[in-house]
Amino acid sequence: MLTIAGLFAGYGGGDVLRGVDLTVAQGSITCVVGPNGAGKSTLLKVISGLLRPRLGTITFRDAPIGGASPRRVLEAGIVQVMQSRNLFPDLTVRQNVEIGGYLIKDQALLRRRLDEVSDQFPIVRERAGERAGQLSGGQQRMVELARALMLDPALVVLDEPSMGLEPRAAAAMYASVRNMAQTGRSILLVEQNVRAGLELATHGVVMETGRVRLEGTGTEVLAHPQMRALYLGGTIEESGVTDQEAAQEKTR
Amino acid sequence: MTATEIAPVGAASPQHVPYRPPRAVRYGATAGLLVLLIAFPLVLPNPTVTSIGVFTMIYLIAAIGWNIFSGYSGYISIGHAAYYGIGQYTVALITIHAHLPGGWGLFGLLPVAGVVSALASIPIGFLLLRVRRHTFIVLTIAIMFILQLLAFNLTRFTNGSGGLTMPFPTWTGNFFNMPFYYVGLLAAVVAGAAAWWIRRSKYGLGLFAIRDDEERARGLGIKVTRSKLIAYAASAFFVGIAGGLYAPFVGSVYPQFAFDPTFDLAVAVLVFVGGIGTLSGPVLGALVLIPLQQYFYLQFGNANLYLIAYGVLFILILRLLPGGIVPGVTSAWRARLVARARARQEDTRPEDTGLKDDAGQKGRA
Repeated sequence: MLTIAGLFAGYGGGDVLRGVDLTVAQGSITCVVGPNGAGKSTLLKVISGLLRPRLGTITFRDAPIGGASPRRVLEAGIVQVMQSRNLFPDLTVRQNVEIGGYLIKDQALLRRRLDEVSDQFPIVRERAGERAGQLSGGQQRMVELARALMLDPALVVLDEPSMGLEPRAAAAMYASVRNMAQTGRSILLVEQNVRAGLELATHGVVMETGRVRLEGTGTEVLAHPQMRALYLGGTIEESGVTDQEAAQEKTR
Repeated sequence: MTATEIAPVGAASPQHVPYRPPRAVRYGATAGLLVLLIAFPLVLPNPTVTSIGVFTMIYLIAAIGWNIFSGYSGYISIGHAAYYGIGQYTVALITIHAHLPGGWGLFGLLPVAGVVSALASIPIGFLLLRVRRHTFIVLTIAIMFILQLLAFNLTRFTNGSGGLTMPFPTWTGNFFNMPFYYVGLLAAVVAGAAAWWIRRSKYGLGLFAIRDDEERARGLGIKVTRSKLIAYAASAFFVGIAGGLYAPFVGSVYPQFAFDPTFDLAVAVLVFVGGIGTLSGPVLGALVLIPLQQYFYLQFGNANLYLIAYGVLFILILRLLPGGIVPGVTSAWRARLVARARARQEDTRPEDTGLKDDAGQKGRA
C-alpha cells in the first residue's frame, strides 16, 4: 500500500535518512522503533509532505507522493497525527474535529463524518463545546485520533501517540488504534515505548542512523537478541548519532 | 482534588458547561441593541449628539471589518487606515471628476469605495502576508505612511495638502446627520452579518486555525495564504466603506486625516478593549469608546487628550482583562456556572475554594 524505496532526506546539514526502504501492507499496523536520532520523526515528516526527500521514491496506492504538498498527501488518503500538542487549544473540541474535514466540500458528508467519528469517540460529543486546551492529555489524544478519521483515511500515521500519557490513557489510545486497523485502515506509527508499540503492531521495523536495521512481525522484532543491545547503548551494525534533534529545533 | 476523584478519560465533568450564553439571550440582545441604535437619533435629535452617533457608526464599521482580518487570523494590522484613506479618496475623486451633486446619490459610491479598497489590498496583502507578528505590524504601518506620502505628493491627482472638497448634501439643519447615521448603521449591520457568517463558516474555522498555529493549519490542508488574503481584502472592503462615509460627512479629504495613524490606534484599541476575535467585542468597543472619545474632543477641545485616556484604558484592559471585556465577562460568568454545577455535585462542601476557571481570560465568546 505504502512503499518507500531508497529514501534520503535531511535538514540541510546532511541527510538524516540514508536510504530507507519500507513497506506498509494493507490493513497492517506497522511500528517503527529506534533510538533517538534514528530518523523516525523525519521519515514521518517526509511521508506527510512537510519535508521534501532528496532522493528516493514514496508510492502510495500506485501513485507517487514523494515531495507532494501536505494537502495532496491528505487528498491521497494519508492523515498524520503529529507528536503531541496537535489540537488548536482555543478552538472547541467540535471545531477541532470538524477542521480535520477541511478538505471535504460536501456539507452533508462533513456532518455524516462528524457523526460517525463522534460515535466512535464519545468525548467529541460529550465535550463538544469546550475549548480543546481544557482537556487532559489523554482526552486531547482521543480528539486528535477522532480528527484524523474525518477524511476517512486509508493510512493513519501516528508519531509517538503514547507520549505524555499515563498508562490507562495510553491503553485506551492503543485500543482505538487497534480498532482503526480492524476497520480496514492501515497504521504506521513511531513509538518510544518499544514494548507497547511492538506488541500492538503486526509488523515491526527497527531504524538506526537513518536506515532500517531489522524487520519482522512485532513479536519477532521484540524477541530479537540484538534489540536489547540496541537499547542499552549498543548498535546493530554501526554507531553514529545524527544532529537531528538540533536540526528539528532549527526548522521550527 | 484527591486521587479518588480523578474522572475516567472522556467522562463529563462539572466543567462541562456551555461556553456561550443561550441562543435566545444572544439573539435577543442583538435585536434589542439594533432597536436602540435605530431609535437613538429619533430620541436624541440634538445635532451634537447625532454627529457623535455618525462617528460611532464609521468606527463601528471599521472595527467590525478590522476584526474580520486581525481578530480572526491573529495578524494585527496597525495600517488599515490605508484603506480608510483609499475609501475617502475614492469617493471624493469620483464625486469631483464626475461632477456629482451632493446628496443621497453619493451613498451609492460606498460599495465602490469598498471594492476599490479591497482591490488595492490584494497586492499589498500578498506582499505583507509573507511575514508574521511584529514584522507584519511594522510593515502595515509603513504601507499606511507610504500611501499618506503619496497623497501629499501626487498633487495633480490628490491636490496634496490642499485636500479635496466634497459638495454639500442637499439636506441641512437638524436633519443633517440623520442620513449619514442610518446609512452607517446599515453598513455596520452588513459588516456584522459578514463577520457572523465568516465566523460560523468552514472558512472562518480555517482562519481560527491559522490564528492558533499556522503550520498545523497548513498540515490539515488549509490554503493559508489564500485564506489570509481573503480576510485581509474583506476587512479592507469594510474599512474602505467607513472611509467612503467619512468623506461626504466631513466634506473634505486631507492626506493626514485620510491616512491617519490615530485612526489605526483607535480601531485596534477599541477592538482589544471589547474583545478581539469575538463578534460582539468590536461592537461593544466602538459603542463605548467612540462616544467617549468624541465627548473628550468636544469637551476639552484638545484632539490629543483622548489618546492619553485611550492609552491608560488599554493598559488597564490588558492588565485586568487580557482578552477584552466580552471574553472576560463570558469566562467569569461561565466560572460562576461551573462553580454552581460543582456545588450541586458536592453539596457537602459548598465552600470549595479550589475553583478556578482554567479558561482564564483567554476564552472567546
